Amino acid sequence: MTNDIWIIATAALVAASCALVGVFLILRRQALIGDAISHSVLLGIVLAYLITDSRALPIMLGGAVIIGLLTAWLSDSLHRVGKLQSDASIGIIFTLFFAIGVILISLYAGQIDLDQECVLYGEIAFVPFDTIYIGNLAAESGFDIGPRAFWGIGIVFTIVLSSIIISFNRLKTIAFHPSLALSLGINVIFWHYFLMTLVSMTTVASFDAVGAILVVALLVIPASSAYLVARSLKAMLWMAVGYSQLAVLIGYALAFWLDSSISASIAVSAGLLLFVTIAWQQVQSQRRQRQPIDSL
Amino acid sequence: MDAFTLLDTPTVWTNWLAFWSFDDINLLWVLVGSILLGMSASVIGGFAFLRKRSLVGDALAHAALPGVMMAFLLFESRDPLVMFLGAVTSSFLGFFLIDWLPKNTKIKADAALAITLSFFFALGLMLLSYIQGLEVDNKSGLDKILFGQAAAMTQKDIKLLAYVALFVLSCVVLFFHKFRLIAFSATYARTIGIAVNRYELLLALLIVMSVVVGLQLVGVVLMAAVLLTPVAAARFWSNQLSHILIISALLGGLSAIISTQISYLAPAMPTGPWMVVSLSALFIISLLFAPEKGLLKRYTEHQKLRKKVAEENILRTLYKLLERKNFQHKTFNLADIQALRSMPLESLQSTLKQLCKKALITSSTEGFEMTTSGFELAEQLTRRHRLWENYLTEHAELTPQQVHQQAERIEHILTESQELQLQEELANSQSDPHGNLIPSSNSTIPGESK
Repeated sequence: MTNDIWIIATAALVAASCALVGVFLILRRQALIGDAISHSVLLGIVLAYLITDSRALPIMLGGAVIIGLLTAWLSDSLHRVGKLQSDASIGIIFTLFFAIGVILISLYAGQIDLDQECVLYGEIAFVPFDTIYIGNLAAESGFDIGPRAFWGIGIVFTIVLSSIIISFNRLKTIAFHPSLALSLGINVIFWHYFLMTLVSMTTVASFDAVGAILVVALLVIPASSAYLVARSLKAMLWMAVGYSQLAVLIGYALAFWLDSSISASIAVSAGLLLFVTIAWQQVQSQRRQRQPIDSL
Repeated sequence: MDAFTLLDTPTVWTNWLAFWSFDDINLLWVLVGSILLGMSASVIGGFAFLRKRSLVGDALAHAALPGVMMAFLLFESRDPLVMFLGAVTSSFLGFFLIDWLPKNTKIKADAALAITLSFFFALGLMLLSYIQGLEVDNKSGLDKILFGQAAAMTQKDIKLLAYVALFVLSCVVLFFHKFRLIAFSATYARTIGIAVNRYELLLALLIVMSVVVGLQLVGVVLMAAVLLTPVAAARFWSNQLSHILIISALLGGLSAIISTQISYLAPAMPTGPWMVVSLSALFIISLLFAPEKGLLKRYTEHQKLRKKVAEENILRTLYKLLERKNFQHKTFNLADIQALRSMPLESLQSTLKQLCKKALITSSTEGFEMTTSGFELAEQLTRRHRLWENYLTEHAELTPQQVHQQAERIEHILTESQELQLQEELANSQSDPHGNLIPSSNSTIPGESK
C-alpha cells in the first residue's frame, strides 16, 4: 500500500512539474524543442553516468542541463548558419543525440543501469524499491526516507514552482509578447535558455519514472488542454496542473485495470482528457452557431 | 575496456569479409531491403521537407505503434501484411489529427504534432505492455520495432519492404512534376487544374507507407531522421529539386549500407541508431564541405571579400589623399593613411603588403605610392562611389549626409555594366553631392600629363 502511495506521489509531482513547464512551451510555441530536449537528455544521462560512474542527482541534472542547452543552442545555430528550417534543424540534432545515447547504452549494456526498455517506459513501478537510506544500512541505525526518484522530482518541482512564482511577470511578458519584452529591456535570450534549463531538469528528473518519450506527453498535453479553456496565464497554470493530476489518477486506475504500464497509461489518459475537452468545445460551438437560427 | 570485446579486431575482419562475400543469402536480402528503404524514405522525406513539415515523419512513425499493437491483438498474427495495414491505418489517423487540430481548435501546429506523437506513442506502449501481460503466442519481438533490428527481420518482412519501397519510388518518378509543382506553389497548381487534394493525399499515403515499412529496420523513435537528414544534407549540394532528391537517395542508401554492416558485425547493436549516426555524419560533411553552399566555402568566400574590401578601401584612401594634394604630391606614409581611414595598424600593414605584392602600390622609405594600375582601380572605385551617391540623392531623395555609408558598401560590388548604366542615367553630373569631382572613365593621372 505504501508503495502505491509512493508511486502516485512521484507520478503526481512529475506530472505537475511537466505541466507547469509545458504551459510556457505551448505559449511560446516551442512544443517541438521540448520534444527534442526530452529525447536528447538521454545522452546527457548516459554520458554523465559513464564519466562520473555515479547516479547522484546533481550529476544527472548537470549532464542533462548541459545536453539540453546544447540541443537548444545547436538547433538554433543550425537554423541560422545552415539556413535550414527551424523544425528541420531541431529534428536533425535530437535524433542524432538520441541515437548516440542508445548506441552507448547498447555498448555498455553490462555496466549501465539503463536499458532500451526503461528509456522508453521509465520504471515507475520500481520507483519505491530504489530508496535513499540515511545512516548506516548494515547496522540498521538509519532510516529510509523514501524513493530516490520521489526526492529528485520533488527538488525539481520546487525549483520550477519557485522560479515561476519569482519571475511570473517576466515570463508572462515573454510568453505573450516577446517583442514588447525585448523593447522593455528584458533579456529574452537569457529567459529562453532559462526555460530550456527548466525543461531539461524536469525531463531528467522524470526520466526514472516515465522515460524519455512519455515526458513529451506530460509536457505538451495537459498544457494544451489548459490552453483551450483558460483565459489567463494564472488560470492556465492551475488548469494544466489540474489536468495533469486527473490524468495521473485515471491513468493509475487504467493501468491497474488493464495490467499495463503505469506511465503509458497516465500519458494516454492525459490525451483522452484533451480529446474530451476538444469534443466538449466542439459541441459548445456547434450549439452557439445553431442558436441564432433557432431564435429566428 | 571489456565492453568492446564484441568488436575485437580479427573477428571483425573475418565477419566483414563474410559480409561482402554474401555467403548468407538472408544478409543480401537485408542489405537490399535497407538500401531500398533508405532511398525511398529519403526521397519522400524531401517532399515533406519542402512543405515545411520536416517532423511529420517523426509523428507518423510514433503514430504507427498503436496500429501494430491493435493489429496483433485483433488477428493474433505476426504476418507482415497485417502489421503493415494496422500501422498504415493508425499512422493515417495521426496524419489527420495533425491536420485537424490546428484548423479546428486554438492548438498550434507544433503543439498538434507533439500531442499526436506522444499520445499515439503512449497508446502504443500501453497496448504493448498489455500484450506482454497476456498469455498469447509469438508476442516476443514486437518491441523490436521501437529501435529496429535488421537481424530480426524475416524474408517475408523484407519482401514487403522492397515492394513498398519500389512502389514509393516509382510513384515519385511518375508524379514528379505534379509533386514538385504542389510543393512549391499549391495555389498555382490548383489554378492550372491539378487536383491538389488528391495528390496531397497520395503524398501523405506514400510518406505513411515508407515510414511504416521502415519501422522494423530503423525503429519508431528514429524514423524521423531517415526522412529528414538526407534531404537536409542534399540541399547543400544543389539547388535543383531533381538533383537534391537523387543525392538524398544516394545518401540514404549509403547510410543503409553502413548501418547494416555494423549491425551485422555487432549483433547486439540496434540498426536504427547507427543509421541515424551515419546519416548525421554525412550531413555534417555536407554542411562543412559542400562545394557551393558548405560552411567552409562560404567562410573562405567571406574572407576573400573582406580582404578585397580592405584593399580597395586603402586604394580609395590613397586616391582621396592624392586629391587633397591636387595630384601633386604622390607619396603618403602610414600616418597620412591612418588619419583618413581608421583601421588597426596590423591589418593596415598586411593589407599594404598585399597591395605591393599585386603591384597596385609601391613602397619606398618615404611611404606608399600608387602604380598606374593601382591608380586606375582607385579611380574606378571612386567613380562608382560618387556616381552612386549622386544616384541616391537624385532618385531616392536622400540627403548628402545619408548617402556616404551606402556608397561605401556598394562601390565594391558594382559591375562595369551597372557603372555604365549609372553614367547614362546621370549624364550631366560632374561632381558628387559633397562637391567632389567625379573622375571620368578615360583620364590619365592629372599630375602626370606631360
